Amino acid sequence: MTSGMTPGAIDRLIGLLARLPGLGPRSARRAALHLLKKRDGLMLPLAETLAEAARQIKPCATCGNLDVADPCGICTDERRDRSVLCVVEDVADLWALERAAVFRGRYHVLGGTLSALDGVGPDDLNIAALVARARGGEVREIILALNATVDGQTTAHYVTDRLAGSGIAVSRLAHGVPVGGELDYLDDGTLAAALKARRSV
Amino acid sequence: MDWTDRGIVLSARSHGEAALLVVLLTEQHGRHAGLVRGGQGHKALYQPGNRVTATWRARLAEHLGNYSCELQESVAAPLLDDPLRLAALSSACAVAEAALPEREPHADIYAGMEALLAAFAGPFWAEAYVRWEIGVLAGLGFGLDLASCAATGSNDQLAYVSPRSGRAVSLAAGDAYRDRLLRLPGFLIGRARNDAGGGAEEVLQGLTLAGYFLERHVLGPQGQLMPAARTRFVDRFERSATISGRN
Repeated sequence: MTSGMTPGAIDRLIGLLARLPGLGPRSARRAALHLLKKRDGLMLPLAETLAEAARQIKPCATCGNLDVADPCGICTDERRDRSVLCVVEDVADLWALERAAVFRGRYHVLGGTLSALDGVGPDDLNIAALVARARGGEVREIILALNATVDGQTTAHYVTDRLAGSGIAVSRLAHGVPVGGELDYLDDGTLAAALKARRSV
Repeated sequence: MDWTDRGIVLSARSHGEAALLVVLLTEQHGRHAGLVRGGQGHKALYQPGNRVTATWRARLAEHLGNYSCELQESVAAPLLDDPLRLAALSSACAVAEAALPEREPHADIYAGMEALLAAFAGPFWAEAYVRWEIGVLAGLGFGLDLASCAATGSNDQLAYVSPRSGRAVSLAAGDAYRDRLLRLPGFLIGRARNDAGGGAEEVLQGLTLAGYFLERHVLGPQGQLMPAARTRFVDRFERSATISGRN
């Protein structure tokens, strides 16, 4: 046993690592052992970074993104189009859109979707803040980038209702054939949506 | 042990990182849950309302078991752009999940749900929705008696339903008590206003009627509230009826 590390502490480390996405008890044991072997090069810097991140990173009060600054870097970026707002379910979706580098407006993170199953209602989501932002006068278009699922689209329709009468154009992402998708492998629903949303070329 | 049956997806929630806990309304096995390993990569298949052929396998009958499903019809996808129909679909799935006992076959309720899903393609889907909920009550043993008036025995001008007995009441016998009685929509007793439909007002009467008895006989005794999806559907239908004047 390494000095100062009781079996209880190792078990606790493994237990915490096993709670991370993608790690089970076996892979958590491997990760713990790897960290212990690379104590100075990896474990201590990781521990310091985790503590610093926990202290500094917070949700942006404007859009719900995670950043060290509030408002976040995206909300304060003057090069971004302030008239277009992209509504996403989660920060992971915001990161996906940022990775693609296809959207130069600003975001609004709802924090989930309406779900009868999980008891998530409109008051549990960041919808009131979205309506307030929409009425602020700067926004001209809101893009609903929500999942093409029953819950995602139910939420999209609810948000659209709440924005009715604000004079803001509301659009949503297209549903249909993905890039690289082969028709033979697509499900009936996707094919139906793609046909419905066809456009002239 | 294993079986294969036709089913309708009622819900699917993530279980761990790759699996889904799927609840189906099956034709021969009722509301039945099962685990779909790797299901999170196939969420399109497990959208509420989709019709599937499901094979369930487990070592013992009382185990949760594993499902493997094949899509028969993607019901949810064409409704994603239609707020009202989508709300009705979510509501039907939520009501079925809340109201039906687990692993108790209800072939009649399953057949009613299939008819409802088919009705979403036509104009009188809202009436079909009300009929389905009345059918759920009947399937669970709380059927309404809409054949004749509880007070006079006549089947003329039935206009109300007694909230106490669930029996129809005629216009003449019920008029003095109309504030305490539930309205009986004409389309439920074959007095449709147009073709097979009753109009928005009658649909709302039907939703109130079915909702009252669902809460009283089915959800209330289990300590459950009306599913939020149904409340949202009724609100949306009411708003839409007010805006469009669908009558």
